[in-house]
Amino acid sequence: MNLVVNGVGQALDIDPRTTLLDALREHLHLTGAKKGCDHGQCGACTVLLDGRRVNSCLVLAISQQDAEVTTVEGLAEGGQPHPVQRAFLEHDGYQCGYCTPGQICSAVGMLDELKQGWPSAVADDDLEAQIRERMSGNLCRCGAYANIVPAIVDAR
Amino acid sequence: MTSTAHRAVGQPIGRIEGPAKVSGEATYAAEYPVKDVVYAWVVQSPVARGTLKSVGTADGTLAVLWHGNAPAIEKVDDPELAVLQSDRIGYRGQAIALVVATTLEAARRAAQVISLEIDEEPHDALLTADHPGRYTPETVNPAFPPVSRKGDFDAAYAAAPVTVDVRYETPALHNNPMEPHATIALWEGDDLVLYDSNQHPPGVAATLGEVFGLPAERVHVIAEHVGGGFGSKGTARPNAVLAAMAAKVVGRPVKLALPRQAMFSMVGYRTPTLQRIRLGAERDGTLTAIGHEAVEQSSRIFEFAEQTTVVTRHMYAAANRYTGHELVRLDMPTPRWMRAPGEAPGMVGLECAMDELAEQLGLDPIELRIRNEPAAEPESGVPFSSRHYVACLREGAERFGWAGREHKPRLRREGNWLIGTGMAGATYPAMVQPSVARVRITPDGSAEVAIGASDIGTGARTILTQIAADELDLPVERVRVRLGDSTLPKASVAGGSSGSASWGWAVTGACRELRRSGKDEAVFDSTDLVKKQETDGKHAYGAHFAEVRVDADTGEVRVTRLFGMYAAGRILNPRTARSQFIGAMTMGMGMALHEEGVLDPATGDWVNHDLAEYHIPVHADIESVEAAWLDERDDDLNPMGSKGIGEIGIVGSPAAIVNAVWHATGIRVRDLPVRLDKLLTAGL
Repeated sequence: MNLVVNGVGQALDIDPRTTLLDALREHLHLTGAKKGCDHGQCGACTVLLDGRRVNSCLVLAISQQDAEVTTVEGLAEGGQPHPVQRAFLEHDGYQCGYCTPGQICSAVGMLDELKQGWPSAVADDDLEAQIRERMSGNLCRCGAYANIVPAIVDAR
Repeated sequence: MTSTAHRAVGQPIGRIEGPAKVSGEATYAAEYPVKDVVYAWVVQSPVARGTLKSVGTADGTLAVLWHGNAPAIEKVDDPELAVLQSDRIGYRGQAIALVVATTLEAARRAAQVISLEIDEEPHDALLTADHPGRYTPETVNPAFPPVSRKGDFDAAYAAAPVTVDVRYETPALHNNPMEPHATIALWEGDDLVLYDSNQHPPGVAATLGEVFGLPAERVHVIAEHVGGGFGSKGTARPNAVLAAMAAKVVGRPVKLALPRQAMFSMVGYRTPTLQRIRLGAERDGTLTAIGHEAVEQSSRIFEFAEQTTVVTRHMYAAANRYTGHELVRLDMPTPRWMRAPGEAPGMVGLECAMDELAEQLGLDPIELRIRNEPAAEPESGVPFSSRHYVACLREGAERFGWAGREHKPRLRREGNWLIGTGMAGATYPAMVQPSVARVRITPDGSAEVAIGASDIGTGARTILTQIAADELDLPVERVRVRLGDSTLPKASVAGGSSGSASWGWAVTGACRELRRSGKDEAVFDSTDLVKKQETDGKHAYGAHFAEVRVDADTGEVRVTRLFGMYAAGRILNPRTARSQFIGAMTMGMGMALHEEGVLDPATGDWVNHDLAEYHIPVHADIESVEAAWLDERDDDLNPMGSKGIGEIGIVGSPAAIVNAVWHATGIRVRDLPVRLDKLLTAGL
């Protein structure tokens, strides 16, 4: 199968049961996307598919041969970290760092959804409440939430 | 000794490994590129008790290991590591076989379909306060006496004009670090290399050496980045032994990452606790009797006794005291350390009971605590090295806006929200453990610090850099700290909130020795100094404050504000320290409102063993979580004057929330977590 990851075409000869997450981690050695639950319950594996955030553990790699896959390794441009990455550094938006790539990819996708006016369960205009609701699929056991949300606000 | 030119300690320096973490470059255990690696998947017992008769074979696998064919390994202190050695099944979820295949997909599938022949036996999985199997263990974790008495508790309690006799329950809680336990094992000749997610590389190396009959130096454990542990990675877990065993059998490197579901049984959890707290007081609130008992569980195969009521030995003054622990051995997985074992559940009972006493007395709960402030350790009489608990209560109350709070509950309502505030004390022992560090000046004049410690997200790499920079009078950019490797000088575990104190002491010593000797390399071992220390009377303190709102119709609880005020020694890095405090407070919110392992006694398993059904706090739960601290420095403890800060945030924060829920609603929920159905059935 063929995948396009971070703008680079990749030919893979792998088991068709392979998830996108395992294709990235075990076969392309792009280990930025993390496996926290393998069931779409924690968000650590979040990547962007054509700019839209998905849990890569719930997607079969073989089904994404026409998509542009962007992982945390592909967010920097011209050697400069993405604004969301910079904001996480400034706000200490992590401790152990294991949920971090998923939080960052999710935030990048979420900010685009917000810009496009996608609906959310939070009806009011409180930006932080909006972000909290929209980011709730990304778990952080270290409890860095109170730093992550201000980081995302800053990066917006 | 050191100039102030580069004063780094106390500065909010960003994490050294931050750029690697946000770019995805930080490499965790299962992520190392290892040539010819193959994959293992654990087969877990589907029954809670019985005998494994046989395990079938599976096509497309390199090996199916079980006790019928697994190589013999040496027995070590932890029987959970004697994997695939016996036909006895100790609990549902125990590893009873291991499948190895060239792909993850094949290994997983084979493990799912493999046949198991098991003679199942009746099991007992339910902890009850009157369980006939109750007994008093010889010690509670790690080596405390299980029972303590002072004065005559029974007589003083019977004579007290005001009494509280309440039972509080905390459920099984599961550590659930975001990174599952994982190991890549490879044999280089007779030497074993393990990329393993753990909190103690030298300890894991020593244990795996014992298991495989090797000297510790023949085992190389690498744990450069660790995706959290919260106690569950404090010692070698079965995954490390299984991976190493499989690698030996198949003659190739083996990768084993536990699935999330296995983390509810195979790596430890916090025992449920059934607590009884009895307080006797004068009408002015002076405590005359404090009694705190806990019934807890352990597995059939190993005795782990959580020290739930030990915290009560240190907290408040009273002439007559009693604390005790009873244990029941069940056909259940072995409980272990989870963030603040003992203190976290114990302070739920004690601090909620104190709130109930304040209610009876019509007294402000902060004032009640201040009136019972001890002058020295209440049981041993040892003086405190430093204790600023009252200052935390007063300053915290000021910053939180406690003044003017009504003592009576259910008086504030805004629309459909019932609003209340609550508080609870916090404490955690200031521990230190022996460690060794090496420092070397490189030809360009930079310093390299080496210590076999583990940075599980605490900021250890960063604060050790700061400590060394100050001691050597170098800018932090010219200090490089190497850790997360068992071949580095032997460090203590990243546990018990003791990392900074223990490793910082060793690093300080090595730096001072280097300067004293004028050489370009020095090693320092803190063992003798640490062993000479008095351990009693050394604690960090804090106070937690919560404001909650409860929906009057649905019983939904929202935490509007959670605030922690701490006196925890010298704060080495305010940025990483704040993250530690608020992170643990967030876990405390989970303990109060969300988290519980729900037992199905019929199968002896947790029914909610994944992250969809075992609820931890998520972004949407967090509105305002903030921490502050007093200037404190305790030079009796260690050269930095610091106390550990990794755990105190989960001590008392659950009680503050539970007490705030009472203040909002008038309902005392005494079995955690405070779920909306409990409020509704109590007549909200």
